[in-house]
Parts: sequence; C-alpha cells; structure tokens
Amino acid sequence: MAHAERVQGGGRRNARLLRAADSVGRFLVVILLTYLGLLAVTFFIGRVIPIDPVLAVVGDRAPEHVIARVREEMGLNKPLWEQFFIYVQKVLQGDFGRSVLTSNPVLQDIRRAFPATIELATLGIILGAGIGVPLGVWAAVRRGGLADQLVRVMGLIGYSAPIFWLGLMGLLVFYARLGWVSGPGRIDVAYEYTLTPVTGFMLVDTAMAGEWEAFGNAFSHLILPASLLGYFSLAYISRMTRSFMLNELNQEYVTAARAKGLSEARVIWRHALRNAMVPLVTVIALSYAGLLEGSVLTETVFAWPGLGLYITNSLQNADMNAVLGGTIVVGSIFIGLNLLSDLLYRVLDPRTRATR
Amino acid sequence: MTVAPASAETWREWLMSDRPQSRRQASLGRAYGAWRAFARNRLAMAGLGIVLALLLMALFADQLAPYSPTVGDLRTTRLLPPSAAHWFGTDDQGRDILSRIIYGSRITLFVVVLVAVLAAPIGLAVGTIAGYAGGLVDAALMRITDIFLAFPRLILALAFVAALGPGIENAVIAIAITSWPPYARIARAETLTIRQADYIAAVKLMGASPGRIVLRHIMPLCVSSVIVRVTLDMAGIILTAAGLGFLGLGAQPPSPEWGAMIANGRLYVLDQWWVAAAPGAAIFVVSLAFNLLGDGLRDALDPKGVK
Repeated sequence: MAHAERVQGGGRRNARLLRAADSVGRFLVVILLTYLGLLAVTFFIGRVIPIDPVLAVVGDRAPEHVIARVREEMGLNKPLWEQFFIYVQKVLQGDFGRSVLTSNPVLQDIRRAFPATIELATLGIILGAGIGVPLGVWAAVRRGGLADQLVRVMGLIGYSAPIFWLGLMGLLVFYARLGWVSGPGRIDVAYEYTLTPVTGFMLVDTAMAGEWEAFGNAFSHLILPASLLGYFSLAYISRMTRSFMLNELNQEYVTAARAKGLSEARVIWRHALRNAMVPLVTVIALSYAGLLEGSVLTETVFAWPGLGLYITNSLQNADMNAVLGGTIVVGSIFIGLNLLSDLLYRVLDPRTRATR
Repeated sequence: MTVAPASAETWREWLMSDRPQSRRQASLGRAYGAWRAFARNRLAMAGLGIVLALLLMALFADQLAPYSPTVGDLRTTRLLPPSAAHWFGTDDQGRDILSRIIYGSRITLFVVVLVAVLAAPIGLAVGTIAGYAGGLVDAALMRITDIFLAFPRLILALAFVAALGPGIENAVIAIAITSWPPYARIARAETLTIRQADYIAAVKLMGASPGRIVLRHIMPLCVSSVIVRVTLDMAGIILTAAGLGFLGLGAQPPSPEWGAMIANGRLYVLDQWWVAAAPGAAIFVVSLAFNLLGDGLRDALDPKGVK
C-alpha cells in the first residue's frame, strides 16, 4: 500500500490532489474489501460449514415444525448471497445475535468483557515498547555486546515458548512460591463489590474512587499477565528496533552528524532513532494487535474476564454466535490497527506525503 | 556421465568444482556449498540435531517409552514427583509423563508435517499463478491473500475448529487454512523476478503451455525460499497446535498431545508442578530447535538475509 511517490517540483496542484484522492480512495476500497472478506469468512464458518445450522440451535430432537420455523426465522430458505447480505447488514448494525450461554446479546457481553482485555494489552504494550525500544537501540549500537546477545536470546525464547505455559509457570513461581503477586482474576473478591465500574478499567476506576488499597490489589493481579504479554511484544519489538537501527546507523547522515561534532547520544537518540521510529510505529501497532490475540490464551490461564476468556468459554459451550462475534470484533481491531499504522506511516515519513 | 572419484579429498574437489561436467554435479555442488555454510552455524546444527532426535523419538516410541502412554496405575503411581523410576513424574491418572511425551512427539510431527504438506503447495500455487498471470488474476488472488493475512491467525483457527468440531485433524485443517498466505506472498515475489528471465522466454518459444512453465520452470525455483519460510513457521505451527490442544480443541484425551497435557496439569500446577512443566518444556525445546534450524537454513540458502 505504501506508494512512495516523490512529488516533483511545484505546480500542478490539481493533479496532485487528484492523485491523493485516488490513493485515499484505493485505500478505502482495500479496507472495505478486507472487512467484507472477514465477514465472508465468519459467515462461511457459521452458516456453511455446519451441516445444518438449525440443528445447532434447536438440537436433534426437535419436532419437524419447530425445525421448519427456525429455518424460516434464520432465513436459511433464502439463497446464500441474500443470506450473506442480511448477515452483513446485521453485523454492521452491531447485531451479532444472542449468546446461547449467557442469553444476552453478544455485543453487550463483548462490551462488558472488552475493557479487561484492553487494560491488559495496553499495560503489556507499554512494558514491551518502553523496554523493547531502548534495548533494541542499545543492541544495535553495541553490536555483539551484552544487550545484543540479550535481545537475541529473548527473541528466541519469545518465539519458542508457549505463552500459556509460561503463564502457568509464572503463577507457580511468583504467586504460589514467592507470593510477590496475586493470583488469577482481576481483583480480590473483597474489593469486587465495593467498586462501581465507571470506565471498566480497574486501575482507573479504583484510582478515581480514591481506593488506593484496591488499586494496589488490582495492580498486583494485573502485573503478572501484563508482563507476560509485554515480554512477547518486547521480544519482537527489540529485535525489529535493532535491525531498523542498524540500517539507520549505516546511513551517511549519521556520519555527517558525527562529523559535525554532535554528541553520540544526540546522534543515536535524536537523529537515527527518529528515522527508525517510522517503521517502528507500524511494528508496535501490529504487536498491539498481536497482544489482543495473545490474550486469548493468557486470559484463559489467569481467569481474566476479558474478550479472550469470553471466546474460549463460548467455544467450549459451542456458542457459535459468541465465538463469531468475538472473532469479528478482534478481526475489526486488527484491520483498524493495520489502517492506523499505515496512516501513521504516511504522516511520519515525509517521503510518502503526496499532498502539501 | 562423469565418473565419481573415490577418495574423500577428490570428492570435495569434484563437488566444489567451478566447471561442473554435468547437471547432477552442478546441483550436488550447490547443495554441498549450502550444507557447508549451514554446518558452520553451530546453533543451527544443534537445532537440526534436536529435530532429528524428535524424528527418532517418534519412530521408536514403542521401544523408547518405559511405560504405557495411556494406561496408568491409579492406586500406586498417581501424581508421583520425578524420580529414578519416573524421570518426569506421573500425572493424575498414574501415567508416566516421560512416556507420554515420547508418544506425544508423534502427534507434534504429524501436525507439523501435515500442515506443511497442506499449506505450502497451496501458497506456492497461488503465488506462482498470481505472479506469472499478472493482471486481474494477480489482483484477485493477492487481495484474497491479503485478507487472510490481515486476520488474527489463532482466533481464526479457533473459529474454524469451533465449526468443524474439536479433534487433531480439524486442528490441522484450521492451522493450514490460516498459514498459507505468507507462502503465496513469497512465491509471488520470486515469480515476479523470474518471469522476465531469458530462459522463460526460450521455453515459451519452444511452445510450452503456461501451466507447464509455472509447474516445471517457475515453481522449482520458488521451492527453496518457501521451504525456508515453512521451517521458520514450524515453531509457530507447533505453538498454535499446542494452544488449540490447551483449550481442549485439538487432540482429545487420552491422546498424549503436549498442549492438552499442559491443560491437564493446570489443575495441579500449584502442588504437582511437574505435570504441566515437562510437556511445556518439550514444546519449548522443539520450537526452539525449529527456529534455530530455520534461521540457519535462511542464512545458508539466502546470502542476502545474513545480518
């Protein structure tokens, strides 16, 4: 998507605007197609793969007329393309159907579970990027040094270890043996009912209520799963930072900056890193999306009542509406973050600016 | 036909020759060069060693495993800690964990090989056809690929398994469906660099059909980069399969699948840690081995990738 069109000299303002409109239009078409693709896949999974979706709803002992009525209600007598059209319409209105398990509309369930996941993933990405970027820079500056080895080893472990297993082992060591952190769940039961949820983010809610004891408790629940997710994004981010920085440090402008007599710190952090940040923003946005996905397994291990746990619980109860609703929400966020990182890339990299 | 030389020293000279006398000598020589580059990388060799050990373990599981993987003695051997009799301890059914891990290697290999066999050819075909045909076909195929690339893989696999029903075969299908797009991307990129080559023009002049050109003259050249990517993906495939197993959607009990074993050990993790620790360590070691192997292969086969 990143058309690096360099604008040639002044004049021809209209042509340039036209080109910008064209690239924006093309961009929108791509997003739209991708989103339709997502819906087509979930439609396929929900309606086409099951031999008879009606049986999945009413069970195989239902009398004939019930089956016929449900079939009519679900619109299964209509041709497939019309079914898909109705499906898309409903999803765009936020109607994912009802959850069989909780008997609430799926969207309502997801809305309740979502803040927990966002809180977890956000703290994870703060840890991952906050430590990963400096570590990667350090590894690139001192090639072959301690930080370089560290980045390499952490990357290998991050790509090889099952996250749910590390979570279990983390619980065993830091919760059961050392007692440094609290166990599964978001907060101790003692605090759970004294707190009125406002934002749904535990840390924000407790801080706003001035309940610092509860805040500390929520934090001690949050820190282990968040560090775990943070570690996996750290492994990826630090490795990418290292390779982007190595790329920049070989450029001539770095030599020029050094020749001008700028301090090494300034050359690295102000000149080289600023340029490396452009692709890095994409990496960070994508690994944030990855964390939302990683939270499926992590939340299961830590009994964290977020979107991931909601999806896996629904899976185990064959609650397809809920599973597909969750899939669409996570998929939409994926596509949204892809879009955002692409836009950020255009804003940050002057070479991709078509207009102005 | 060249006559193959006898002693080791001349073998090497024959392989390293700058002027190969036959096609076979040239390709063997190329393979030998790649092998030498690969063998210099000690970590990659360690990875290869572990993968070979896994193969042997799966092959000779019946001979290697000291106990039955599915039947334990509930009265005497329940949840025993690691000891000389049970190296990795026993689980809640009194089954020896080491034996289960040894048999579990078969499932891991089954998944990895099957996913590779299913996904790599799909990706290869889509990529080469898109790259060679160009135009509308290319645009359509690549858009589909991009759509699949934009999806969260694990969650998509979860949804597929949910629809297909739990089980190891369905897990394999779900993982394969979600893992072919990168291969298509790579194969297309390679095809785009090849399609203008003179030898393709020559084959075309000789009257070869597009199908033949893609199948016989383009695909073979894309295979090596796809293989490298598949090897690098192996760890991810193993982790996804283990994740599905952990959630109860992969292999079903009493099958000794490593992810499902961790899920089982989860209930006892605070007191009988070894039940969950050992299979997780097995997954980690095998994934690590595939990662090291893949890195080594990439460096040996693609000099551009060396950083």
